[in-house]
Amino acid sequence: MRGHLPVLPLLLTLVGAMATPIVALVAPRAASGLAVGAAAAAALAALGGLADVLVAGPRRYALGGWPGPWGIELVLDPLSGFVGVVVAGVGTAALLAGAGGARRVYGDAAPTFHALALVALTGYLGIVASGDLFNVFVFLEIAAISSYALVASGGGPGLVAAFRYAVLGTVGASFYLLGVALLYALTGSLNMADLAARLPALAQSPLLTGGAALIVVGLAIKMALFPLHGWLPDAYTHAPSPVTALLPAVGTKAAAYALARILLSVLGGGDLPLAMLLAWTGAVAVVVGGVLAARQQDARRLLAYSSVSQMGYIAIGLGLAGTSALAGAYLHMLGHALAKGALFIGVGALLLAGRRPALAALGLGPRQPVLGACLVVAALSMVGVPPALGFFSKWYLLEGAVAAGQPGLVGAILLGSLLALVYMYRLTGAVWFGESGALPVAATPRPVLAVLVVLAVATLGLGLVSGPLVDRILIPAAVLTTAAAGP
Amino acid sequence: MSGGGLGILPYWAAIALLMIGLYTTVAHRNLMKKLIGMTVFQTAIILFFLLLSVKRRATLPILAGPPDAAAYMNPLPHALMLTAIVVMVATTGVALAILVRVHARYDSIEEDVIAARVATEHPDGPAGP
Repeated sequence: MRGHLPVLPLLLTLVGAMATPIVALVAPRAASGLAVGAAAAAALAALGGLADVLVAGPRRYALGGWPGPWGIELVLDPLSGFVGVVVAGVGTAALLAGAGGARRVYGDAAPTFHALALVALTGYLGIVASGDLFNVFVFLEIAAISSYALVASGGGPGLVAAFRYAVLGTVGASFYLLGVALLYALTGSLNMADLAARLPALAQSPLLTGGAALIVVGLAIKMALFPLHGWLPDAYTHAPSPVTALLPAVGTKAAAYALARILLSVLGGGDLPLAMLLAWTGAVAVVVGGVLAARQQDARRLLAYSSVSQMGYIAIGLGLAGTSALAGAYLHMLGHALAKGALFIGVGALLLAGRRPALAALGLGPRQPVLGACLVVAALSMVGVPPALGFFSKWYLLEGAVAAGQPGLVGAILLGSLLALVYMYRLTGAVWFGESGALPVAATPRPVLAVLVVLAVATLGLGLVSGPLVDRILIPAAVLTTAAAGP
Repeated sequence: MSGGGLGILPYWAAIALLMIGLYTTVAHRNLMKKLIGMTVFQTAIILFFLLLSVKRRATLPILAGPPDAAAYMNPLPHALMLTAIVVMVATTGVALAILVRVHARYDSIEEDVIAARVATEHPDGPAGP
């Protein structure tokens, strides 16, 4: 049983996705419970996988019994275990919080939303579990195609945003596939571990340089790294609330994980000029995304641009590729997933309660203190105030930037926090001190509040235990991605 | 692995198709033409991948007697591209379905016309959950 832990989370979400529409024919209410249950089971399996890695060390799983490098391998190690827990855990929270909203938004079609959301989660978990370049492409597209449908599901301007997302997402995946084709032409292998062993001898080949560049550009589109973020703001602004609870929190993280895995441990990217370029692109993303977020009048568009800014932090960490910079980037995946999930769930709850997304019309006053407090905690994490998780991830990133002797990147990280203070104050200030207090606001449903409280408590609590978290899991994960690149 | 059976020319053809597809996707303002460009781009990658397995005077790797690796074409790119074609069909299908609904909603598939209609419908940004 423990030997099957690498494949278990994605099997559970996949089976859940298949079963949900069938169960919905008989019992529509039970279908949403089943979907949330499948995601929760996947989260537990991912947690079990991570615990198993810590006790028994990494596992390689031969899908269908065909061993690598010929068959498709799944890999469970500290990094994939950790990101798997983040994706499945925050995904479960988003599905739970979105269940009530899905019934409101979609009516009888709510089980379709749940099935699509589970397919998307399967794709993300597959990206994280896979140890094979072509397999990553397939899972990227499984996640992406269901995301296009999810973004389009609200109709109206969401349709246009979804089409744009579909075209840009496909171009990104195609760049990735072309890069994989070049690496395959060079080595005849698609297995990550096998490639990592073969590529150092071929370091001078132009095919390697070209393939690496194409893969990085393709995955940068998928993770919405500035200036390749064009699909993201419209998609996150116009998608229905239950969708914005899920996609912004986990979607871009899976692509960032793939970039970390392939650039650092397969291509040995820590030494490539490409890595420094990635770090500086991340720095520009942090600043430009922050400035754009601070200028927005629509709460969801503000959060979307803040995602562009926060993904920049992860790119800085991956580009620097030092141990503490990488630990910071991986911790930031967790911190940002929790905080952005909470913020989108909170704003989504306000919209479902009858508020308009314009910041000037979002005002709630102190009437729902729990909702408001959770938004403030998430906002503090985005800014990087201790003891929230966001403080610690930025701290490790700063340490990495200082160790690499890059004052420009240090400046970008600090400036990004300052900009986050501006745009997060605009959002939480609008919620707490807004003017439209006279309008009635429906109470936030209990499951949504419960999820928000859990996310806020996790943001603070995991911040307090971030020391052991980094020492036990993230430093080994960082060492793993740098050490595989060779001495 | 070299694909040398056909020389360098087919690779140039694949690269030309790549460029045409990417240019069409990025430059055209008509959403249907964007989609066509996207399909050309994807097809060019499939062509490129398949070229890696081309070999003159070789046959399918079906074992009939003692295996003779030199006589076989590499089957792996074909298997991979079969999967990629399935992915491509799914992407194109979803994109077309979205496009049909865009046309039903905004009565146009010209990006500029749609943008203008979205802006007039929602002067202060989009509404609704």
